[in-house]
Amino acid sequence: MEDFLRRLPDGEVKGVNKPSIWQRIHIDPLLLVLIYLIVGGGIFVLTSAGDSSLFYAKRQAVFACIGTLAMISVAQISPSFMRRWVWLVYLFGVLLLVGVLFFGDDAKGAQRWIDLGFISFQPSEVMKLALPTAVAAYLSYHSLPPTFLRIIITLGMVLLPVVLVLRQPDLGTALLVAVSGLVVLFLAGLRWRYMAIAGVAAMIAVPIMWIFVMQNYQRQRVLTMFNPEADKLGAGWNIIQSKTAIGSGGWSGKGWLSGTQSHLDFLPEGHTDFIIAVLAEEFGLQGVLLLLLLYALFIGRGFWISITAKSHFGRMLAGAITFTLFIYVFVNMGMVSGILPVVGVPLPLVSYGGTSLLSLFMSFGVLMAISTETQKLADD
Amino acid sequence: MTDFQPLNDPKAERKLQQQRILIALGLAFFLTICLAVRYYYLQIEQHELYATLSDENRVHVRPVPPTRGLIYDRNGVILAENRPSYTLSIVRERAEDIDQLLLDLTELIGLDEQEIEQFEEQRDQYRRPYDGIPLRFQLVQEEVAKLAVNEFRLPGIEIEVELLRHYPLGEIYAHTLGYVGRINESEQARLDRDLYEGTRVIGKIGVEKQYEDSLLGLVGYEHVETDARGNVMRVLEREDPVPGQNIWLHLDSRLQKKVYEILEGSRASIVAIEVETGGVLAMASLPSFDPNLFVTGISSREYNALLNDFDRPLYDRSIYGQYPPGSTLKPVYGLAGLAEGVVTPDYTVSDYGYFQLPNEERRFRDWKRVGHGEIDMRQAIEQSCDVYFYEMGYHAGIEILSQYGEMFGLGQSTEIDLPAESTGVMPSRDWKRDYRGIAWYPGDTINVSIGQGFTLTTPLQLAKMTAMLARRGGNIKPSILRAMDAPEFLFENPFVLKANTESAHWEAIFAGMESVMHSNRGTAYIVGSDSEYRIAGKTGTAQVVGIEQGAEYDSEQLKERQRDHALFVGFAPIENPGIAVAIILENGEQSTKAAAIAKALMDEWYRLERQDLADISENLSEGVSEDFDESLDEEKSES
Repeated sequence: MEDFLRRLPDGEVKGVNKPSIWQRIHIDPLLLVLIYLIVGGGIFVLTSAGDSSLFYAKRQAVFACIGTLAMISVAQISPSFMRRWVWLVYLFGVLLLVGVLFFGDDAKGAQRWIDLGFISFQPSEVMKLALPTAVAAYLSYHSLPPTFLRIIITLGMVLLPVVLVLRQPDLGTALLVAVSGLVVLFLAGLRWRYMAIAGVAAMIAVPIMWIFVMQNYQRQRVLTMFNPEADKLGAGWNIIQSKTAIGSGGWSGKGWLSGTQSHLDFLPEGHTDFIIAVLAEEFGLQGVLLLLLLYALFIGRGFWISITAKSHFGRMLAGAITFTLFIYVFVNMGMVSGILPVVGVPLPLVSYGGTSLLSLFMSFGVLMAISTETQKLADD
Repeated sequence: MTDFQPLNDPKAERKLQQQRILIALGLAFFLTICLAVRYYYLQIEQHELYATLSDENRVHVRPVPPTRGLIYDRNGVILAENRPSYTLSIVRERAEDIDQLLLDLTELIGLDEQEIEQFEEQRDQYRRPYDGIPLRFQLVQEEVAKLAVNEFRLPGIEIEVELLRHYPLGEIYAHTLGYVGRINESEQARLDRDLYEGTRVIGKIGVEKQYEDSLLGLVGYEHVETDARGNVMRVLEREDPVPGQNIWLHLDSRLQKKVYEILEGSRASIVAIEVETGGVLAMASLPSFDPNLFVTGISSREYNALLNDFDRPLYDRSIYGQYPPGSTLKPVYGLAGLAEGVVTPDYTVSDYGYFQLPNEERRFRDWKRVGHGEIDMRQAIEQSCDVYFYEMGYHAGIEILSQYGEMFGLGQSTEIDLPAESTGVMPSRDWKRDYRGIAWYPGDTINVSIGQGFTLTTPLQLAKMTAMLARRGGNIKPSILRAMDAPEFLFENPFVLKANTESAHWEAIFAGMESVMHSNRGTAYIVGSDSEYRIAGKTGTAQVVGIEQGAEYDSEQLKERQRDHALFVGFAPIENPGIAVAIILENGEQSTKAAAIAKALMDEWYRLERQDLADISENLSEGVSEDFDESLDEEKSES
């Protein structure tokens, strides 16, 4: 392994300052506050979305506590350690994805879950973090921007889990997994001309995907997105109802627990994918803007950590985690408000879901590990 | 420098990464603004549109059907009421597999083919979303319990409580009260949809149809909030329905029960009218049927059975049945003869058993072969002498006969407050020319003068005629309705016959009618002899098949249905007439049978009248308030 490490002299000498308490316990206090604000607000909305029963809210709170423990644990791992051993996690994730195709639980015609008896989880969630970490690790061992060969290898690393997730089939997650890997490639300095070529290739690929790869229900979702009014009671129902919920909220909303769209069950999946519609209905545009502001602060902080990271690995990974999180937010809020197709992406930290919350917290752990990194990695 | 040359400068590499991070940051910032704009657009720009959509989603206007007005008899006995009834229906939108559901329900509560058939008929018809299709009405407690326990595994079933019309006295009032039934397609097409929103039934015949508008009430509305599955969550706003008006009828259920009891098993009709008001005290047509069968929709099997019954139970003989009145018209014609100076009370006719028109061979026979001998008006009525009336009718002419017949309401509508009635026929020269296209022959007049020939009357017309006789020509309009909404008394304004009648004429006619009952030569002496009050009556028979002239009348040889109809009209008491009765017993053969039943009705009326008077005076002496409601309550508790 030594051969692959490029030992370079330090540019700047830091570590002269005495590390703060936060640095010693590897916690970023600003991120922590933002996480709890968003999760707390989410639980508040979940109470309403769960038909005033505290079932979802309580469980979400428990997941947040478990997540916090996971986050703190992950934050203690040094980025260089992650960089060295992440390939194991990646391989493990791939094995799980293969396994889920054979042993997974059927839910809504898709096999996504692995049931371990005491807990069931989606292996694709593992990949959402493992993939960018693995890609960042791989690319950080080489000079940047990546060469063509490395790009191809990287694409292979990305494509393997993506294809497996697509087989489940779960288009939304597949896209997000792909994005999480590709973002690293972008941050690694992928040349614009490759991106242009990829863009052209995508334009050719889209019709092929449409005809040969996409499932009927996925096509339907895209069609519905473009013209939801065409099938009011069928495919368009969800979008019409969510837009109605959002629009009827107005500036100040109908009030907590008073959303008629959600409480009278017009709004589907009010506690998971469509929770932003519940928030928009009950708290109005001001609630939406407040949440957007919290996300923006979080993302700003994430990018700050990325920019100030002390290694290529840390920079790329922190940037990828942050940007992927933003993509989640954008895709979810976009689909619920009818500007993107409904692909089944939860709203991070707000939508109900244990696996999703846990994997998010772990990715924040990674972010914090990077932010509180004192020792420079050898690759810098 | 080539693109493929990796940088080997860590600082440059870091700079490249930071550049890319800034680009990503910029992109994120831009897309965040896009999201904000999108939500601004939906929540501010299009807020009103979506607020409206949201309200339309959840707020539904539901009609609240009014309670149908109740129907009481003259004493406050309830004749038509609304009873809560459990109905099992299926909501298509909620049912997963309707066929399986029907199988499960068959197993649970034993649906029969009829019910499933009726359900299937309605299954694919349009109805409002989430509006249930009825499967079984009037569930018994046990069924309700079974269904309630199993409801969770029978998605789509709904047990609804609705008020169902009920006629506690059943068949005895079937024709007069009528019944309500499900609104059919032709009714749906012509009625005012707004008024019937939420109402499923409409009066089909009888009083229920006649007073439909008053009984119906005014529909109310409810703005309800429903969830996505159509479940009502709460009522936001409500405009109460106005219940239909309660109505009180002249009918006395005690009398009705009595006559129904006596007449049970025969084909007959009886109508009793209160002389003072024209109010119908009793009106029965037998055989009858159970009107409750029609309320929830009678099965076609049961309906066909009623429809094809040889005795025609669905047919209201009282107002539709047209029968030759026979000798029951003699008092009216007698009055005509007296009033028009054709005869005097003392004028006599010699009856040798037949009458012949001048220069004609044909003999018009008296019912008594040997004749009645010398006979005057009183005796002619008493013994129902045909020859007297042949001769008087011949001299009077058809104009006078039909004029007086019409004065007493024959051949025309009685204007009773029921949806339809037959007018009968009071023959005249014009009528025969118009309807038969042939000239009037003198022999026609002879036939008409004893109530035969072309003459046809309904039992109601005969009752009205009798009541007018009792009032010495005072006109009446027979009415079923006594009061609406409040038990007030309605008095008709009587007018007296515009005829040349004198008191002596009436006395002569009444004397004849009294003799019918109380003189030992009277045709109904056997019925009237032991009466404790004086009755004026007149018997009659009407031939069902024409009998050859001179042929021996032998009832034994005729089938039961070819026997003469037996008729009787009468009023009582003579001094102060209170009740006028007309009865026809189909194929009753002997008019005394009819008289006996009329007498039984009069007796019951007489007894009740005295009993009610006694009750009132008792109450008065006890100082009990004469508030009607209170007396109603007392009556209920007594029964």
